[in-house]
Amino acid sequence: MMILKMAWRNIWRNKRRSIITISSIFCAVFFAVFARSFQIGVYDKMVSNMVGMYTGYLQIQQEGFWQEQSIDNSFVPDQSVRDLLDNHNNIDEYNTRLESFALTASENLTKGAIVMGVNFEKEDLLMDLSPKIRAGEFPNEISSSLLISEGLADYYELNIGDSLILLGQGFHGASANGIFPIQGIVKLPMPNLNDRLVFMPILAAQELFAAPERITSMVLQIDEPSKLNKIKTDLGGKLNRDTYDLLDWKQLLPELVQTIQADSAGGIIILGILYMIVTFGILGTLLMMTAERMYEFGILVSIGMRKGKLILTVVLESLMMGVLGVIFGVIGITPVRYYFYLNPIRLQAKAADSIEAFGFEPVIPASLDPQIAINHAAIVLLIVLLCTLYPIAVILKLKPIKAMRS
Amino acid sequence: MEIIKTKNLSKLYKNNELEVLAVDGVSLSIRQGEFTAIVGPSGSGKTTLLNMIGGLDAISDGSVEIAGTNINSMNENELIDFRLKNIGFVFQAYNLIPVLTAKENVEFIMLLQGISPEERKKRSEELLTQVGLEDKFNVRPNQLSGGQQQRVAVARALASRPRFILADEPTANLDSQSTSKLLDIMAEMNKKENITFLFSTHDQRVIDKARRIVTIEDGKIISDEVR
Ligand SMILES: Nc1ncnc2c1ncn2[C@@H]1O[C@H](COP(=O)(O)OP(=O)(O)OP(=O)(O)O)[C@@H](O)[C@H]1O
Ligand SMILES: [Mg+2]
Repeated sequence: MMILKMAWRNIWRNKRRSIITISSIFCAVFFAVFARSFQIGVYDKMVSNMVGMYTGYLQIQQEGFWQEQSIDNSFVPDQSVRDLLDNHNNIDEYNTRLESFALTASENLTKGAIVMGVNFEKEDLLMDLSPKIRAGEFPNEISSSLLISEGLADYYELNIGDSLILLGQGFHGASANGIFPIQGIVKLPMPNLNDRLVFMPILAAQELFAAPERITSMVLQIDEPSKLNKIKTDLGGKLNRDTYDLLDWKQLLPELVQTIQADSAGGIIILGILYMIVTFGILGTLLMMTAERMYEFGILVSIGMRKGKLILTVVLESLMMGVLGVIFGVIGITPVRYYFYLNPIRLQAKAADSIEAFGFEPVIPASLDPQIAINHAAIVLLIVLLCTLYPIAVILKLKPIKAMRS
Repeated sequence: MEIIKTKNLSKLYKNNELEVLAVDGVSLSIRQGEFTAIVGPSGSGKTTLLNMIGGLDAISDGSVEIAGTNINSMNENELIDFRLKNIGFVFQAYNLIPVLTAKENVEFIMLLQGISPEERKKRSEELLTQVGLEDKFNVRPNQLSGGQQQRVAVARALASRPRFILADEPTANLDSQSTSKLLDIMAEMNKKENITFLFSTHDQRVIDKARRIVTIEDGKIISDEVR
């Protein structure tokens, strides 16, 4: 108790210096969490956009399909897999897809495209397609009509009721050719998908590709993205891994992961510089504090205070300052994060256009992930402790009479 | 019983080529209840001698025994614990921990000894009253005069119930009134409670109050008189 009291009072011995130190810790935590919340907020947004638009968080595929995306690597999911997914608490729904490539043609133009056989109702839940329909409507489940992306429609100048020819290769070399009416046009926000995506009812696709009952992937709709790793581990243990692959969005979207990592590294470097400045500030304080207190340290060791105890008081002092700064920082930043979570920054003009071109909403929301604050609080406290190594070293080397001569 | 016993105690300072024999073969015995002053001109080796007796400075030659225990071969922590248990220190000035009140300063050393809070409170108040500071319990050192600070230091030194009190020029920074007050208190503690004091000084008024005067010059004892 007395040691705590001593440490606390020692902090206030030089009020101005301690307040400056605590403020600098406050600022470090505040700005680090602020910057990181936006960065991670953007990444989360990017991920949920991409995942929501295309891949889902988790997919089950035939073993080997990811390496060689051929219809020959399609599969008929067995009942045990369906049961597993139906009975899993964290899996709301799963979408079966049959995906392949085909050449599209109309009059004398051609263009390569991705053909995706889907269940429109379920895909609407996952990809939120309805609001993106530009013309027409979802084809009926048992029809052989198409929902094509806007880019493709523009390329061929096609309208509802027109037809599109698909030329491809079916299961085990069968030919997959057909002419299909267009029932809907959808604007997909990602340009590379918008230029070349053709949706059709899965039954029609299976017929086209001579692959009845076969699918290429099961896209799982999980209830809580933050539980992804847990769900993946759980499923991974129950699936027969010789037959099935379980892929999460990081494996399905390697380019996105790379983009995020590269961008994140930039942010971390800036934070590193911020932390370096703070480190020097704290170190400076501890250096001055140590120099001023040499005589006192000498007295304490002379009268019988073990160095370990003395070190404890010094560590307590710096930790108290660190914890104060961290607490104020976290308390200060929380409402700010919350505000920008509810009211994301909306980008204007050019910046907005370029982001929209990539298929993302032009908003920067703040992430509320508590882990961000925890991480940066821990980093700051670690820095404080590292800086405290200086007074600790001084105390360990201290000779009482020498200290008292100073 | 001999509380302090030095045999042929020497200290050689070596500072690049320059060697100073600050203490030169001092053999000195102090018994329980003595009130002894070490006197001598500046640079004669008083501080060096007291520091070696207090286990604060390494010795170059000879030995120091405190109550029969040779302290030469103790390691750092053993020495710190030994000092805590056996020796009360009063330094020339700024003895006290600035962030603690007078009472807390006195309690602090008992805290290090693991004495219970009730006992600490009782004893610190008793001691501060004995040194005439009953109205300064909750005052911090910077609001005490130099003399009052030294009296708190004496109270703190006594609080740990040491075998003896070592004081290197405890009055050097005090005016004559504070000096005589501090010495009266020390002398009274010595008389009433048989507490052993060993202190250094070059102040004649302090020398006059001592009961044994050991004079050193150039690190050697040149006279040792008991009055
Ligand atoms: N750390 C040191 N290094 C070298 N020489 C030292 C050191 N400390 C003391 N001395 C020398 O040792 C001798 C004795 O010094 P000491 O401080 O013990 O004398 P003192 O009697 O206490 O003097 P004063 O009355 O001025 O306090 C002096 O010559 C001094 O210069
Ligand atoms: Mg001296």
